[in-house]
Amino acid sequence: MLLSAALFMIGVAGVMLRRNIIVIFMSIELILNAVNINLVAFSYQLQNGIGQVFAIFVIAVAAAEAAVGLGIILAFYRNKETINIDEMNLMRW
Amino acid sequence: MDLIWLIPVLPGLGALVNGLIGIRSFNRQTAALVACAAMAAALGLSLFAFSQLLGLPAEARDHVVNLGYWIPPIPLATAEGIGAFEVPWAFRLDPLSGMMILVVTGIGFLIHVYSTAYMHDEPRGGYARFFCYLNLFCFFMLTLVLGSTFLTMFVGWEGVGLCSYLLIGYWYEKKSASDAGKKAFIVNRIGDWGFVLGVFLVFYTFGSLDFRVVANAAASMPVEAEFGVISLICILLFIGATGKSAQIPLYVWLPDAMEGPTPVSALIHAATMVTAGVYMVGRNAVLFGHAPIVAQVVMIVGALTALMAATIGLVQYDIKRVLAYSTVSQLGYMFLAMGVGAYATAHGWPHIGLAAFAAGAFHLMTHAFFKALLFLGSGSVIHAMAGEQDMRRMGDLRRYMPVTYMTMMIGTLAIAGIFPLAGFFSKDEILFRAFLSNKVIWGFGVVTALMTAFYMFRLMSMTFLGNYRGPAWEHAAPAAAHAAAAHGVAHPGDAPAHGQAHKAQHDVSHGPAGGHGPAHGDTAAHDSHGHGPWHGPHESPRAMTVPLMVLAVGAIVAGFVSIPPALGGGAVLEHFLEPSFIAAESATTATEGAAAQAAEPVAAAEAAEAAHEEPHISHAAELGLMAFSVMIALIGIVTAYRFYVTSPQTADRLKESYSGAHNLLYNKYYVDELYDATFVSGTKKSSVGLWAFDRRVVDGAVNGSGWLTVFMSWVSSLIDRYVVDGAVNLIGRSSEESSFVFRRFQTGLVQNYALLMLAGVCAFVSIYLLVR
Repeated sequence: MLLSAALFMIGVAGVMLRRNIIVIFMSIELILNAVNINLVAFSYQLQNGIGQVFAIFVIAVAAAEAAVGLGIILAFYRNKETINIDEMNLMRW
Repeated sequence: MDLIWLIPVLPGLGALVNGLIGIRSFNRQTAALVACAAMAAALGLSLFAFSQLLGLPAEARDHVVNLGYWIPPIPLATAEGIGAFEVPWAFRLDPLSGMMILVVTGIGFLIHVYSTAYMHDEPRGGYARFFCYLNLFCFFMLTLVLGSTFLTMFVGWEGVGLCSYLLIGYWYEKKSASDAGKKAFIVNRIGDWGFVLGVFLVFYTFGSLDFRVVANAAASMPVEAEFGVISLICILLFIGATGKSAQIPLYVWLPDAMEGPTPVSALIHAATMVTAGVYMVGRNAVLFGHAPIVAQVVMIVGALTALMAATIGLVQYDIKRVLAYSTVSQLGYMFLAMGVGAYATAHGWPHIGLAAFAAGAFHLMTHAFFKALLFLGSGSVIHAMAGEQDMRRMGDLRRYMPVTYMTMMIGTLAIAGIFPLAGFFSKDEILFRAFLSNKVIWGFGVVTALMTAFYMFRLMSMTFLGNYRGPAWEHAAPAAAHAAAAHGVAHPGDAPAHGQAHKAQHDVSHGPAGGHGPAHGDTAAHDSHGHGPWHGPHESPRAMTVPLMVLAVGAIVAGFVSIPPALGGGAVLEHFLEPSFIAAESATTATEGAAAQAAEPVAAAEAAEAAHEEPHISHAAELGLMAFSVMIALIGIVTAYRFYVTSPQTADRLKESYSGAHNLLYNKYYVDELYDATFVSGTKKSSVGLWAFDRRVVDGAVNGSGWLTVFMSWVSSLIDRYVVDGAVNLIGRSSEESSFVFRRFQTGLVQNYALLMLAGVCAFVSIYLLVR
């Protein structure tokens, strides 16, 4: 549980603080895996398999998410020649 | 006799064929043949039906042929509750209509034949159109005469008015002719208004429109001493009659109607259509016999019209206008007779009454003969003079056209009332009955008779006797002219020049204005050299003279059908016509006939009793009256001969010394001007007033409401712009303003969002933890 909490906080800090979008992406993966650890820990604790099933689902969704996210990053890089998150303000008003 | 419906239908078919096909594609001969054949067939059928009618006993001479419903029974309110308003296509043959169909088909046929020659110079389509109209007229006239209900009669009544309009305006390119047509139609329409109201009231009062039913119902009502419902009906019907039969005050259209071709004047405006009013009064003799006040009105109007028209006729120079006024005058005579008949009947003198009604119908018949003859004769003269109608330009035509002269002389003597021609018997019968019932009316009649003889002989003198005063034509010697005209040798004539001169000088000329003078050659004499210039007066072709001769024979013998007892005759026609003027139950059905016969002795006794009270004079006195009227006529003739043949200066001198009276008469009492000043200009003024009202008030209201709408819409546009749009804009503007503030949050930097999310989550979690 502690491991997962530590991992989660590292991930969140990475997302909040880093400017490289690839690193932010890796931090998001850290958050997701922290959640997975948490799920597996609860599953073991409660003797309930459903938690592990959830973890598997999260892994699958994380894979999909990584694919989509990397696609976006590639498209963005082709247009802007940068991967700095501060330059990404297309959603600004 | 069951085929009498074919009598009107045959000319109708003729009109249909000529109208639909003939105007486009028939040549002259075919068109004339179709029209004349239709009339000949109708005449044959009429003769056949009439002979069958004569074969019946006197009481049964009333035959109705019903062809089915025109208007099926409709419940309609009447004076006695709900009645069934039904109008069958029914034709009634009785003595009166029998006489009329013979007159219409007989004279109509002769005039058709005459027209084939008279109208020969018309263009081909116009020729067929003319015959189409003539046939159509006969169709409507026969419908009018044979119709057994008021409404069937009304169909014919309107139809003949229409045909009269069409035929007066036949030369429609000429303004005066089309104006005359319109005048005739409009004046007739005033009369028709009265007739229609009368018919409405008849149905409302009696619950039926059948003549026989109405007569029987009226007979059972008391004679009205005061002005009651029957009097109202009669006065309304009489208004219709004054329009159709050209009586005061609606006579003004008839003289103008002379703009039409002369055969039309003869057929419609002398022999048949204008007598429709007289016929209608005779048809409703029982009604009029119950309304003594109206009877007096009829009598007085008839007498005044007769006198007034005769005085106008004294000084007119247009040959056809003299005859037109003569027609008006003679129609006045007929109404006088009808009025006397109704008056006498209402006063309980049935013998005089019936005799006077019969005398009116008798005069109608004889007048049809001699007036048609005179008109056709005048047409022949006009034809000979190449369209000239002014008698001052004629004279001595006797030498050039002996047949016309002889036949017209017979007609003149007949209308003047010289023994033993037709006019003598009928006119004397009227005068005799008038003498018995009202001496003043008789006085009017006698003065009119004097004038009739005078103006008719004036016409003859100016036209046929004396010296030739017409335009000259180029010829070697006057004596050769007749022969030359007869042989058709071409004169290098001056006719075109004359034609021009005549057009300029005469308001009434004959035929379309363009090149009329030279166009009026006759085929028989002129075929060899075409329609060249005018060759002087000449006799008309055979198709014109033969009808003249037939009519002349008619004018001689027509009177013999009713020789008065005083002269040893049996007054055959009078007794023949009597059933039509009384409300005989026996006439309706055969079964009732037997009952009526049983009642007859009583009726006869009553009649005999009444006869004692009737004014009566001896045969000798009656003979004296006849001699007196013949003498009057002779005086008129001799005076006219003196004035216009032997010493023409006398007439001129008289004209000079009484120029005021002459002008008054020559201008027809200024009645046209009076009507112009009162009714016509009154109508115009009031229509101008109405126009102003329309412009100011009606248009003003429309424009005002339009303006109001514009104003209201302006106001509402203001509201729309400032209130509604304002509210919408306010919302838009305020959201725009607020968005300035709020959009600052939307940085577009994902990490900001994530940070906010994290802050939110932390906040929620801490709230959760604290609250728990």
